[in-house]
Amino acid sequence: MSNDIQNQNKVMPPPASAYFIAPTEELPVRHTLAILVDNEPGVLARVIGLFSGRGYNIDSLTVSETEHERHLSRITIVTRATPSMLEQIKRQLDRIVPIHRIVDLTLNAYGLGHDKPIERELAMVKVANSGEKRSEALRLADAFGAVVSDADVGHFIFEVTGRTHKIDQFIAIMQPLGIVEVCRTGVAAMNRGGEGL
Amino acid sequence: MNTADKKSKGIEMTGAEMVVRALVDNGVADLFGYPGGAVLPIYDELHQQDDIRHVLVRHEQGAGHAAEGYARSTNRPGVCLVTSGPGATNMVTPLQDALMDSIPLVCITGQVPTPLIGSDAFQECDTVGITRACTKHNWLVKDVNDLARVLHEAFYVATSGRPGPVVVDIPKDVQFATGIYTPPSDERHASYNPASKGDASAIAAAVALMAQAEKPILYTGGGVINSGPEASQLLRRLVAETGFPITSTLMGLGSYPASGENWLGMLGMHGTYEANMAMHDCDVMVCIGARFDDRITGRLDAFSPHSQKIHIDIDPSSINKIVHVEVPVIGDVANVLGEMLTQWGKVKSRPKIDAWWKQIDVWRDRNSLAYAGNDDVIMPQLALERLHELTKDRDTYITTEVGQHQMWAAQFYGFEEPNRWMTSGGLGTMGYGLPAALGVQIAHPDALVIDIAGDASIQMCIQEMSCAVQHGAPIKIMILNNEYMGMVRQWQQLLHGNRLSHTYTEAMPDFVKLAEAYGGTGIRCTKPAELDDAIMTMIETPGPVIFDCCVVTLANCFPMIPSGKAHNEMLLPDEASDEAVATAIGEEGKALV
Repeated sequence: MSNDIQNQNKVMPPPASAYFIAPTEELPVRHTLAILVDNEPGVLARVIGLFSGRGYNIDSLTVSETEHERHLSRITIVTRATPSMLEQIKRQLDRIVPIHRIVDLTLNAYGLGHDKPIERELAMVKVANSGEKRSEALRLADAFGAVVSDADVGHFIFEVTGRTHKIDQFIAIMQPLGIVEVCRTGVAAMNRGGEGL
Repeated sequence: MNTADKKSKGIEMTGAEMVVRALVDNGVADLFGYPGGAVLPIYDELHQQDDIRHVLVRHEQGAGHAAEGYARSTNRPGVCLVTSGPGATNMVTPLQDALMDSIPLVCITGQVPTPLIGSDAFQECDTVGITRACTKHNWLVKDVNDLARVLHEAFYVATSGRPGPVVVDIPKDVQFATGIYTPPSDERHASYNPASKGDASAIAAAVALMAQAEKPILYTGGGVINSGPEASQLLRRLVAETGFPITSTLMGLGSYPASGENWLGMLGMHGTYEANMAMHDCDVMVCIGARFDDRITGRLDAFSPHSQKIHIDIDPSSINKIVHVEVPVIGDVANVLGEMLTQWGKVKSRPKIDAWWKQIDVWRDRNSLAYAGNDDVIMPQLALERLHELTKDRDTYITTEVGQHQMWAAQFYGFEEPNRWMTSGGLGTMGYGLPAALGVQIAHPDALVIDIAGDASIQMCIQEMSCAVQHGAPIKIMILNNEYMGMVRQWQQLLHGNRLSHTYTEAMPDFVKLAEAYGGTGIRCTKPAELDDAIMTMIETPGPVIFDCCVVTLANCFPMIPSGKAHNEMLLPDEASDEAVATAIGEEGKALV
């Protein structure tokens, strides 16, 4: 393994200079951030513009107004970054004027003794088929706790909720059974326990 | 009725009136701008009042840089007013410039009427979209009743915390609409409340580290200037009480006087040998209002390898962004230094740094700014030394463009006070200096304001000569004319085998005639023996002057840390043979900027 890395380095020397962020030993980790913002025009553009402009990753993004009277929206971002870059992401986000708070749900979950916050996604999966495949799809959907939201003689729309991994699995299993359309909400997340954000 | 005569408590007025009223209520005396269709209602209001002086520039970029110079020399926000579309897009460069150098700017842009937004109307652009990445914050105001609040908020955001540029985009129908104006209030902002007071325990940790230092250094930056004149005074006290050596970035020059005993000169790519060697070998580094820019650190994995670092900055995102620090202190420089001095007073045993100073004196003796004199042609370094000598006892402000002349100015013009040095540091904007000088002169009508320029940079905003003549701003432009884009050429020599691709300006305007064409005065000098007389003529001639100072064409700017090299791998002037220059940058470094 270490030989492989050395060989790679010979092909592509690591930048050792001022003009790059120094090569790091740190491995990227996946964190879920909850961001409370004023629900005003352009606020989402500011957040995602920061991510694209500074080269950060977005694995998932979910946003909706959560407090109507105060016009506050909650953005849930799943990002993948090294611990030091993650710190930068949070501090850069904090510079955006209409952002009220940034909470690292993953870090908080560690603090509470959990390995991650509660994370859920909703997916709608449209499957068009007939005969054997049709009954197989219904049987599998039942096993995943999916709800039939719409059906006809030739199709189902399943509504399935759960962790990202579960949704991935459901879609993979349905694939040979005639998926024609998939829509996912992205991750909504919250920490366990009685404490608020 | 005159706008300023109206009572300001909840009074009904048009959006355009509100703009002028809000500027007055926020203490604005001068405004740089250029009219156009989408700001005509505001210009009509400006015409009917005497509280605010409007300075008509010749290009919106000029308005932005003038406002930057104004802000930097006064510690007050610079304000500009431009129209929609091209007016706004021309403002993008100064906005980014101000963002990178943390200069407070409030830019008001006109916008097409709200029903036309998004229809590709004449002179429409997505101003808030385009400027989102180059402002600290921006607003599009669609309701006239939000306008007063947004304008006051704009001033607060621009000037508080880490200062920066903001844009308020106002559609023309909102300028015409009538609504309720409310005066500025002290109400806390709902989501934006930057901390200014440093954490006392963090400061205590910093002081403890400093007290044990054997090889300390203070590394200061533009944040000291931004914090206000008090910060520079506290910094001087800190230097006096600790006895520590001090260096500064380009943006921080003047916060500690260049004639001060502990001054090591500027650090970084074109900094002095002693400053960079001291940064490399120190054991405790106190970074005050600077941000470990790549022009400062050189090769990052060899940056000050043996030191523990203290970082004082008002912006938490600056901490650990590039360089890991042991003791971060988040807060305003003046506030933190005040507390630091109090705690330093209680330190029982003072650090023993005599050996460190002896080492620094050895580095100083290397005389890294030495240059070969010449009796026949003017050396640019000599021109700046003479300029400093002949202007140091006057009320002088210096601006620069970007390039070799800028670095020479930083090296050879000794700044004694803060707010006297205006230069484009982070963005490196050629064309900054002339309009910035104009802005400084508007703020300080009786001062001597000199733009130290290069022959290439000066042509990027030369049109503002016309503005200087119109407004009787007697700025002096000293062009170190070497007929090349000298800094680019220097890099071609370092990186590209001396193949000077498009860096020689084959057709140069006659700068003397150009000055005269604008209604100013032009002078030229080519002989070292006549240099002093020419500088004095420039200073003493009333009105705007362009001084075409023809210098040796092929001089390069040393010392230099070549790309990809560390602080202790500097290229010194007496070692910079053609061969050394050609091989100074390795294969890895060539990819860098």
